[in-house]
Amino acid sequence: METAIAQTKTKMWAGGRSPFNVSYGKLMMWYFLISDSFTFGAFLISYGSIRFSLNNWVDHNYVFNKFPFTEANLPLAFVSLMTFILIMSSVTMVLAVHEGHKMNQKGVEKWLALTILGGLAFLSCQAWEWTHLITHQHEVLVDGVLQHWGTTVSHNPWGPEVMYKGHMVATPGPVAFGGYFFGITGFHGFHVFSGVVINSIMLIKTKKGDFSKRGHYEMVEKAGLYWHFVDLVWVFVFLCFYLI
Amino acid sequence: MSNEEILHEKPLVVHESDHASHEHHKQSFISKYIFSQDHKMISRQFLVTGIIWAVIGGLFSVIFRLQLGFPDQTFPILEDLFGHWAQGGRLDPEFYYALVTMHGTILVFFVLTAGLSGTFSNYLIPLQIGARDMASPFLNMLSYWFFFAASIVMFSSLFLTTGPASGGWTIYPPLSALGDAMDGSKSGMDFWLASMALFIISTLLGGLNYITTILNMRTKGMFMTRLPLTIWAFLFTAILGVLTFPVLLSAVVLLLFDRHLGTSFYLSDIVINGKILPNQGGSPILFQHLFWFLGHPEVYIIALPAMGITSEVISTNSRKPIFGYMAMVGSFFAIAILSFLVWAHHMFVSGLNPFLGSFFVLFTLLIAVPSAIKVFNWLTTLWKGNIHFTPAMLFAIGFVSLFISGGLTGIWLGNSTLDLHLHDTYFVIAHFHLVMGVASMFGMFAGIYHWYPKMFGRFMNNTLSYMHFWTTFIGAYLIFWPMHYEGLAGMPRRYYDFSNWESFKMFAGLNTFISIVAMIVFAAQFLFIFNFFYSIYKGRKLTEKNKNPWAGTTMEWTTPIHPPHGNWIGEIPEVYRWPYDYGKDGRDYIPQTEPIGAEEKQH
Repeated sequence: METAIAQTKTKMWAGGRSPFNVSYGKLMMWYFLISDSFTFGAFLISYGSIRFSLNNWVDHNYVFNKFPFTEANLPLAFVSLMTFILIMSSVTMVLAVHEGHKMNQKGVEKWLALTILGGLAFLSCQAWEWTHLITHQHEVLVDGVLQHWGTTVSHNPWGPEVMYKGHMVATPGPVAFGGYFFGITGFHGFHVFSGVVINSIMLIKTKKGDFSKRGHYEMVEKAGLYWHFVDLVWVFVFLCFYLI
Repeated sequence: MSNEEILHEKPLVVHESDHASHEHHKQSFISKYIFSQDHKMISRQFLVTGIIWAVIGGLFSVIFRLQLGFPDQTFPILEDLFGHWAQGGRLDPEFYYALVTMHGTILVFFVLTAGLSGTFSNYLIPLQIGARDMASPFLNMLSYWFFFAASIVMFSSLFLTTGPASGGWTIYPPLSALGDAMDGSKSGMDFWLASMALFIISTLLGGLNYITTILNMRTKGMFMTRLPLTIWAFLFTAILGVLTFPVLLSAVVLLLFDRHLGTSFYLSDIVINGKILPNQGGSPILFQHLFWFLGHPEVYIIALPAMGITSEVISTNSRKPIFGYMAMVGSFFAIAILSFLVWAHHMFVSGLNPFLGSFFVLFTLLIAVPSAIKVFNWLTTLWKGNIHFTPAMLFAIGFVSLFISGGLTGIWLGNSTLDLHLHDTYFVIAHFHLVMGVASMFGMFAGIYHWYPKMFGRFMNNTLSYMHFWTTFIGAYLIFWPMHYEGLAGMPRRYYDFSNWESFKMFAGLNTFISIVAMIVFAAQFLFIFNFFYSIYKGRKLTEKNKNPWAGTTMEWTTPIHPPHGNWIGEIPEVYRWPYDYGKDGRDYIPQTEPIGAEEKQH
């Protein structure tokens, strides 16, 4: 009774094999990433709902205009560099997985090492950006008195400007900015950090020859899935905090 | 190539095989009973931990029912037990809130999520789909141990000087965000949040495993449409858990930040102890949205496994195929989808835009459709069946009864206009206790009584089981039915003492009655607990001839009485048919593993 169509179906879903032709590990990684994207989604939607309930927000061209070792006004230049670094680390990850398919241990080692380096560079940039935001003091007019504030989860010196004694001074902005900015970029940074740790474990296992003995580099591929996901999340974080 | 060779990096070693040379593979006590990677042992770990939690959570309800039923009496034993929490034998109001909060938290998460889904997903998935174990036995083990860690943290919070979390199981900020607000919002709240974070990891690891195993590891011939309905239920449960618990994680993380880092996610314009807090611009309603995005699917995470177990038990014990198999699967799917679109029906009184509310009313009422499909399918399966009233069957029928009774009031509460009156009253308490609390406990009992012989190789005592069923069933209705009337009269939930209100004084006698029944029902659970543990050692043994005691068709009954790690000795059997061939061609039942006969009728 079985028709030809039913038989191809049989092959996929009849049991005794994976209907997607993937190992359980890769499938689990995909489902984990879907789950994790809900965590980030919840954060970003919360951020959106609070931000649009407020009358004003910060001007990102003004908040994110500094670059290390220079006082020049370079809006969004530094975060563009960070984004470039992270995206490049995704490229090196692709190359590491590619070398893995070719069973080229040296190649995997090289590209994994560069990926880890990229991750560390991104984290360093983030550390600098956070330090700069928190420690760099700005004049704020609070209740008629000039104060000097850094950008923290409870202080926002980037509010609307008013005229005070002949020059423009900022007033306190919504504190939600610091909370969401540090909260979400921090949560993302934590993911990057975990990714660096995972990639380092992969590098050590590669160097020990575990994967060449096993005959495949699937674990590197799974780590790669995670790494690309972390990159993808950054694209959204970048969009929501620096561009919109 | 066989399933496990494709899917595992190294093939699973089947211990206790018929080769004498494998005898030295005997596992140590620790690897067999504690850090076991065998899904059957992990399932039993979840079950026993769940039972312990159920006793604690149930006991809490008895204690706060003492206060509600006998508000003007003192019980010196309470002071002996709880010290300054019950000075003079009367519950401290703050302790009362702590008890209510922990009762909810424990029963919802630790018993009916981990205890129910953790036990039966673990036990039945590999056995019923024909797999040696879960996709990742190691992560499965971690899933239990994260649950265990969450349990330890939550349990320790009971012993804090300032007490456990006491802002209700929904832990709404700002109350839960501010330690100055009350004792229960001090470190008890941090323990609650930490415990829940661990719990979420546990659910995630478990859920990923369940989904992957069901999709990837079915034995030859086990089409998705040949899966027992239990497995479909566990699949949708796991999907809901994997997609909604991460949102609770976000809510928990933001709440922790608000508590300790001075952020203002949920806080704005608050005066506490005469002091204005600096927090600005946050929204407590945001927390409610995040919480209920998990919170509503969570009730289906609790209910779906019970529905799956009920379907299986009812079909087996009616000796009839389940009525409307595909309708059952479809309604699982519909419920899973709809459960994501109804969360704000918990928030009709929060100031939600009434226009938005109308959508949530619509979707909420739509859930009645798949729910009714399921109920009618259970009833039509029972119809003209050759019903075997085993204890499991009684509990399954009890589930259907409770699900109908509690489900119908859901239609009332889903209407925002009615909800404005009924919100936070005893009507809601009655509704959700019947439809997901007691009903899912019944599903769990049905599962335990049905699969106990498979789990432990022995039978439970029937007399005790029947006594357990009738006391619990009648008691559940006696406890929760009257609450509908109290709720309709406006009696609010979570109140410590109603004797100050003229309008609720008339319920004093009814409250006493409810409390007494609650104590009897709680006591009756020890019939079950005694039966459960006693029968592990002393119950009547299964014999080789009787190793399929309920004459079921599904694969778990084809394994040895005590299945080894790896479940089947030798090859895993192939599957040739769906799991509900009862009373076909004049035969009582045909196992799934039996090839279709030449003369057999095709469906």
